[in-house]
Amino acid sequence: MKQLICLCVVLCLCGCETVQPWERGTLAKREMQWQADAMEISLQAQINASKEASSGGQGAAGGGCGCN
Amino acid sequence: MQRWALWCLLAVLAVPAVAGVQAGQQAPALSLPSLSSASPAQLSLASLQGKVVYLDFWASWCGPCRVSFPQLEQLRQELAPQGFEILAVNVDEFEADAREFLEEIPVTYPVVRDGTGATPAAWGILGMPTGYLIDRQGVVRLVHQGYRKSDGTALRASIIELLGE
Repeated sequence: MKQLICLCVVLCLCGCETVQPWERGTLAKREMQWQADAMEISLQAQINASKEASSGGQGAAGGGCGCN
Repeated sequence: MQRWALWCLLAVLAVPAVAGVQAGQQAPALSLPSLSSASPAQLSLASLQGKVVYLDFWASWCGPCRVSFPQLEQLRQELAPQGFEILAVNVDEFEADAREFLEEIPVTYPVVRDGTGATPAAWGILGMPTGYLIDRQGVVRLVHQGYRKSDGTALRASIIELLGE
Protein backbone atom coordinates (compact mmCIF):
# COMPACT_ATOMS: atom_id res chain seq x y z
CA MET A 1 0.00 0.00 0.00
CA LYS A 2 2.81 2.35 0.99
CA GLN A 3 4.55 1.63 -2.28
CA LEU A 4 1.38 2.37 -4.21
CA ILE A 5 0.92 5.74 -2.48
CA CYS A 6 4.55 6.55 -3.12
CA LEU A 7 4.16 5.64 -6.79
CA CYS A 8 1.06 7.82 -7.06
CA VAL A 9 2.91 10.77 -5.51
CA VAL A 10 5.84 10.31 -7.89
CA LEU A 11 3.49 10.05 -10.87
CA CYS A 12 1.71 13.23 -9.79
CA LEU A 13 5.05 15.01 -9.52
CA CYS A 14 5.76 14.05 -13.13
CA GLY A 15 3.13 16.61 -14.05
CA CYS A 16 5.28 19.43 -12.65
CA GLU A 17 6.52 21.69 -15.39
CA THR A 18 9.10 24.45 -15.24
CA VAL A 19 7.83 27.60 -16.90
CA GLN A 20 10.72 29.18 -18.74
CA PRO A 21 11.29 32.95 -18.54
CA TRP A 22 10.22 33.40 -22.16
CA GLU A 23 6.99 31.45 -21.61
CA ARG A 24 5.55 33.74 -18.97
CA GLY A 25 3.49 35.95 -21.24
CA THR A 26 0.21 34.49 -20.05
CA LEU A 27 1.27 34.54 -16.41
CA ALA A 28 2.16 38.21 -16.72
CA LYS A 29 -1.36 39.12 -17.78
CA ARG A 30 -3.42 41.32 -15.53
CA GLU A 31 -6.06 38.67 -14.91
CA MET A 32 -3.37 36.25 -13.72
CA GLN A 33 -2.21 38.49 -10.88
CA TRP A 34 -3.04 37.69 -7.26
CA GLN A 35 -4.53 41.14 -7.09
CA ALA A 36 -4.80 43.05 -10.31
CA ASP A 37 -5.53 46.42 -8.71
CA ALA A 38 -2.33 48.08 -7.46
CA MET A 39 -4.30 50.77 -5.65
CA GLU A 40 -6.28 48.18 -3.70
CA ILE A 41 -3.10 46.35 -2.65
CA SER A 42 -1.63 49.60 -1.43
CA LEU A 43 -4.79 50.49 0.51
CA GLN A 44 -4.97 47.04 2.11
CA ALA A 45 -1.33 47.29 3.13
CA GLN A 46 -1.96 50.71 4.65
CA ILE A 47 -4.96 49.41 6.65
CA ASN A 48 -3.03 46.38 7.85
CA ALA A 49 -0.03 48.45 8.85
CA SER A 50 -2.03 51.08 10.75
CA LYS A 51 -4.88 49.04 12.28
CA GLU A 52 -3.40 45.59 12.65
CA ALA A 53 0.27 46.49 13.10
CA SER A 54 1.12 43.94 10.46
CA SER A 55 2.39 43.95 6.92
CA GLY A 56 2.77 41.52 4.06
CA GLY A 57 0.54 38.63 3.06
CA GLN A 58 -1.07 40.59 0.26
CA GLY A 59 0.08 38.23 -2.47
CA ALA A 60 3.23 37.01 -4.10
CA ALA A 61 6.17 39.17 -5.02
CA GLY A 62 6.68 39.94 -8.68
CA GLY A 63 4.26 39.83 -11.53
CA GLY A 64 4.94 36.28 -12.66
CA CYS A 65 7.03 37.39 -15.59
CA GLY A 66 10.23 36.63 -13.71
CA CYS A 67 11.67 39.99 -14.58
CA ASN A 68 11.55 41.80 -11.26
CA MET B 1 12.08 1.96 1.19
CA GLN B 2 12.48 5.50 2.47
CA ARG B 3 15.76 5.93 0.68
CA TRP B 4 14.21 4.62 -2.53
CA ALA B 5 11.34 7.09 -2.25
CA LEU B 6 13.74 9.92 -1.58
CA TRP B 7 15.81 9.13 -4.66
CA CYS B 8 12.66 8.94 -6.77
CA LEU B 9 11.55 12.30 -5.46
CA LEU B 10 14.92 13.85 -6.16
CA ALA B 11 15.00 12.40 -9.66
CA VAL B 12 11.59 13.87 -10.47
CA LEU B 13 12.22 17.23 -8.90
CA ALA B 14 15.73 17.63 -10.27
CA VAL B 15 15.67 20.64 -12.53
CA PRO B 16 17.86 20.04 -15.54
CA ALA B 17 20.80 22.39 -15.14
CA VAL B 18 21.00 24.22 -18.44
CA ALA B 19 24.36 25.80 -18.94
CA GLY B 20 23.59 29.11 -20.60
CA VAL B 21 25.92 31.32 -22.57
CA GLN B 22 28.40 32.91 -20.16
CA ALA B 23 30.77 35.86 -20.41
CA GLY B 24 34.00 34.78 -22.07
CA GLN B 25 32.32 32.32 -24.43
CA GLN B 26 32.05 32.69 -28.18
CA ALA B 27 28.52 33.83 -29.05
CA PRO B 28 26.53 30.98 -30.64
CA ALA B 29 25.30 31.48 -34.20
CA LEU B 30 21.92 33.15 -34.49
CA SER B 31 19.82 33.74 -37.57
CA LEU B 32 16.17 34.74 -37.28
CA PRO B 33 13.41 36.39 -39.30
CA SER B 34 13.25 40.14 -38.96
CA LEU B 35 10.32 42.10 -37.58
CA SER B 36 11.45 45.47 -38.88
CA SER B 37 10.57 46.32 -42.43
CA ALA B 38 13.78 48.33 -42.81
CA SER B 39 16.00 45.28 -42.18
CA PRO B 40 16.57 42.26 -44.44
CA ALA B 41 14.03 39.43 -44.05
CA GLN B 42 16.52 37.24 -42.21
CA LEU B 43 19.13 38.66 -39.85
CA SER B 44 22.09 36.86 -38.37
CA LEU B 45 24.56 37.70 -35.66
CA ALA B 46 27.34 36.84 -38.11
CA SER B 47 26.28 39.74 -40.35
CA LEU B 48 27.16 42.11 -37.50
CA GLN B 49 30.66 40.72 -36.98
CA GLY B 50 33.25 43.39 -36.41
CA LYS B 51 30.78 45.48 -34.44
CA VAL B 52 30.14 45.60 -30.72
CA VAL B 53 26.67 44.06 -30.43
CA TYR B 54 24.13 44.15 -27.63
CA LEU B 55 21.88 41.14 -28.12
CA ASP B 56 18.67 41.84 -26.23
CA PHE B 57 16.06 39.14 -25.53
CA TRP B 58 12.73 40.83 -24.80
CA ALA B 59 8.97 40.36 -24.74
CA SER B 60 6.03 42.76 -24.93
CA TRP B 61 4.65 41.68 -21.53
CA CYS B 62 7.91 42.37 -19.71
CA GLY B 63 7.89 45.61 -17.72
CA PRO B 64 11.67 46.17 -17.54
CA CYS B 65 11.86 45.71 -21.34
CA ARG B 66 9.60 48.73 -21.62
CA VAL B 67 12.14 50.69 -19.55
CA SER B 68 15.12 49.42 -21.53
CA PHE B 69 13.93 50.19 -25.06
CA PRO B 70 14.16 54.01 -25.01
CA GLN B 71 17.55 53.83 -23.28
CA LEU B 72 18.91 51.27 -25.74
CA GLU B 73 17.65 53.37 -28.63
CA GLN B 74 19.48 56.37 -27.24
CA LEU B 75 22.68 54.36 -26.76
CA ARG B 76 22.45 53.05 -30.29
CA GLN B 77 21.95 56.50 -31.79
CA GLU B 78 24.89 57.83 -29.83
CA LEU B 79 27.34 54.99 -30.37
CA ALA B 80 26.40 53.51 -33.77
CA PRO B 81 28.98 55.67 -35.63
CA GLN B 82 31.70 54.04 -33.53
CA GLY B 83 30.59 50.52 -34.48
CA PHE B 84 27.87 49.68 -31.97
CA GLU B 85 24.71 47.80 -32.91
CA ILE B 86 21.77 46.33 -31.06
CA LEU B 87 19.99 43.17 -32.14
CA ALA B 88 16.73 42.67 -30.29
CA VAL B 89 15.25 39.17 -30.18
CA ASN B 90 11.53 39.10 -29.48
CA VAL B 91 10.29 35.95 -27.72
CA ASP B 92 6.56 36.71 -27.62
CA GLU B 93 4.19 33.86 -28.34
CA PHE B 94 2.20 36.02 -30.74
CA GLU B 95 3.82 38.29 -33.30
CA ALA B 96 0.97 40.81 -33.06
CA ASP B 97 1.91 41.55 -29.41
CA ALA B 98 5.46 42.37 -30.45
CA ARG B 99 4.31 44.60 -33.30
CA GLU B 100 1.93 46.46 -30.99
CA PHE B 101 4.78 47.07 -28.52
CA LEU B 102 7.06 48.33 -31.31
CA GLU B 103 4.38 50.70 -32.54
CA GLU B 104 4.15 52.11 -29.03
CA ILE B 105 7.91 52.26 -28.46
CA PRO B 106 9.53 52.43 -31.89
CA VAL B 107 13.23 51.70 -32.26
CA THR B 108 15.60 52.09 -35.18
CA TYR B 109 17.71 49.02 -34.39
CA PRO B 110 16.91 45.65 -35.96
CA VAL B 111 14.40 43.40 -34.22
CA VAL B 112 14.19 39.69 -34.98
CA ARG B 113 11.75 37.16 -33.65
CA ASP B 114 11.68 33.63 -32.29
CA GLY B 115 8.24 32.56 -31.11
CA THR B 116 9.28 28.93 -30.71
CA GLY B 117 11.55 29.53 -27.72
CA ALA B 118 14.42 27.61 -29.30
CA THR B 119 16.86 30.55 -29.32
CA PRO B 120 16.31 31.69 -25.70
CA ALA B 121 16.60 28.04 -24.65
CA ALA B 122 19.86 27.64 -26.56
CA TRP B 123 21.27 30.78 -24.94
CA GLY B 124 19.95 29.66 -21.55
CA ILE B 125 18.35 32.93 -20.53
CA LEU B 126 17.14 33.06 -16.93
CA GLY B 127 15.00 36.21 -16.90
CA MET B 128 13.45 38.87 -19.07
CA PRO B 129 15.08 40.86 -20.45
CA THR B 130 18.53 39.33 -20.81
CA GLY B 131 21.19 41.18 -22.78
CA TYR B 132 24.52 39.91 -24.06
CA LEU B 133 27.24 42.39 -24.86
CA ILE B 134 29.37 40.87 -27.61
CA ASP B 135 32.74 42.29 -28.63
CA ARG B 136 34.11 42.79 -32.16
CA GLN B 137 35.56 39.26 -32.15
CA GLY B 138 32.18 37.70 -31.36
CA VAL B 139 32.96 36.91 -27.73
CA VAL B 140 30.28 37.47 -25.09
CA ARG B 141 31.78 39.92 -22.60
CA LEU B 142 28.84 40.78 -20.40
CA VAL B 143 25.52 39.16 -19.52
CA HIS B 144 22.94 41.63 -18.30
CA GLN B 145 19.81 40.26 -16.63
CA GLY B 146 16.77 42.39 -15.97
CA TYR B 147 16.77 46.14 -16.54
CA ARG B 148 16.41 49.14 -14.28
CA LYS B 149 16.46 52.77 -15.27
CA SER B 150 19.83 53.21 -13.57
CA ASP B 151 21.45 50.36 -15.54
CA GLY B 152 21.97 52.55 -18.62
CA THR B 153 25.05 54.34 -17.27
CA ALA B 154 27.00 51.18 -16.47
CA LEU B 155 25.95 49.58 -19.74
CA ARG B 156 27.09 52.63 -21.69
CA ALA B 157 30.47 52.50 -19.96
CA SER B 158 30.87 48.81 -20.81
CA ILE B 159 29.98 49.43 -24.46
CA ILE B 160 32.43 52.32 -24.72
CA GLU B 161 35.16 50.18 -23.18
CA LEU B 162 34.58 47.47 -25.80
CA LEU B 163 34.42 50.00 -28.62
CA GLY B 164 37.85 51.25 -27.58
CA GLU B 165 39.51 47.82 -27.72
